[in-house]
Amino acid sequence: MPVTIEIPTAFRRFTEGAPKVDCTAATIADALNTLTTRFPELSRHVRDDSGQIRQFLNVYLNEEDIRFLGGESCTLKEGDRVLLVPSIAGGCERRPHIQPDC
Amino acid sequence: MSDCYELRCKECGKTWGNSPRSFCEGCFSPLELSFDYSSIQKKIRREDLASRPFNMWRYSEFLPLPEKFRAPNSVGGTPLVAAQKLAAHWGVKNLYIKNDAVCFPSLSFKDRVVATALASARRFGFQTVGCSSTGNLANAVAAQAAQQGFDACVFIPADLEPAKVLNTAVYGARIVRINGNYDHVNRLCAQIADRFQWGLVNVNLRPYYSEGSKTHGFEIAEQLGWRLPDNVVVPMAGGSLIGKIAKAFRELVTLGWVEPKQVKFFGAQATGCSPISTAVKRGLNRFEPQKPNTIARSLAIGNPADGNYAAKQILESGGWAEDVSDPEIVAGIKLLAETEGIFAETAGGVTAGVTQKLIREGRIGPDETTVVSITGNGLKTTDAIAAEFPLADAIAPRLDAFEAHLDNQMATVAGVGKS
Repeated sequence: MPVTIEIPTAFRRFTEGAPKVDCTAATIADALNTLTTRFPELSRHVRDDSGQIRQFLNVYLNEEDIRFLGGESCTLKEGDRVLLVPSIAGGCERRPHIQPDC
Repeated sequence: MSDCYELRCKECGKTWGNSPRSFCEGCFSPLELSFDYSSIQKKIRREDLASRPFNMWRYSEFLPLPEKFRAPNSVGGTPLVAAQKLAAHWGVKNLYIKNDAVCFPSLSFKDRVVATALASARRFGFQTVGCSSTGNLANAVAAQAAQQGFDACVFIPADLEPAKVLNTAVYGARIVRINGNYDHVNRLCAQIADRFQWGLVNVNLRPYYSEGSKTHGFEIAEQLGWRLPDNVVVPMAGGSLIGKIAKAFRELVTLGWVEPKQVKFFGAQATGCSPISTAVKRGLNRFEPQKPNTIARSLAIGNPADGNYAAKQILESGGWAEDVSDPEIVAGIKLLAETEGIFAETAGGVTAGVTQKLIREGRIGPDETTVVSITGNGLKTTDAIAAEFPLADAIAPRLDAFEAHLDNQMATVAGVGKS
């Protein structure tokens, strides 16, 4: 199905500046794989070493988080928009320490 | 670093100086503020605080504030209440309530995080500030933006409690109501921050915003006489507050201002939106997002940005998480009010209800020192409890009418007692 993947600003240096990428895909997984095949530098930012979508990347199908739609196997229909949105978590703290005076 | 703090990636450790960003552009993981504790230690001693007003700015050296920062308002410095009647009710000793229901200017702990966010918004040259909000944050942004001359645009779920909408509108902020839940609003705000040059306090200013929560923890330690409690019970929405209270305690230990102690952190959620408490109870590495369905709207975040970190913090501390039903939330609000005269919003009912559960489960010991974090005022969520207090019939303005009314009331109470 012809769909559009919307690229956040932070990722556009990997897509030659393109804010949107059109492709044909049957599922979310297909769409992401098409994207990372076309733009290999994006690959390590979309998936972790185990092949899962990275923890800090949220993927939406139109308005909905794909985790509520069955995940990557969710099927697409013509005109669907796949949104990539980097997460906005505040992060975990390393144990603080006093730097010794040099 | 010329500042005592800078942005650092939690995953790869790359530093980013200071700018309005919340994720690492190298690996797209979250950023946190990393502090130079040696510098802080040289600038401030614990005894220097005594001469400062009791509000959040007394801990300025621990906050990401620009040089020559002058506090524009008085925020925080809320009571730590020794809750003796509630303690007796629960059969425990040494119970305290950290009462941010009376935090100024907008009566929730969100005033703390907005205060640090706006300090950085000013530094980075933003004229418009905003947020995605379940209500309290919108109130705080609107109030402090008005105080400090920013334009404000806040984004809220369309069905937010009317009192919270009013409490934002009165300050003159632009309000954008979104047909969706908070998670929809939050995702939209991430896109808006990407497109517009606005200081969205919990999006592109998030690392600076979140540090304000540490002051809730600093105050607890100072008000306990510069010592740490055994337990802290904290409500969880996005999951940031509990981690920042823990960070505050660690920083005080690092500077030698308090004795080290293993504090147990307990997270509180509503059963109708409990992704973090479920992750804790099931030992999940990643929480599973939920669709919220609870009267505790301020905690109704089904995809909490700091959820995994909160769960990790809780488990590593030896604490736990629990969740309570809507009726238990209402019961919690009433219990706090009837025992301690504290009128908390629904999140407070959640925290009180969860504390009760944890005590009954034996996870909080009767002789331990426990602090319960109450984060927002009950006047904001009156609709959640209105049904509990139907209006009685009015009486005529005559003494005999009142005497009859009183006799009737006594008979009703006696009748209840007998059944």
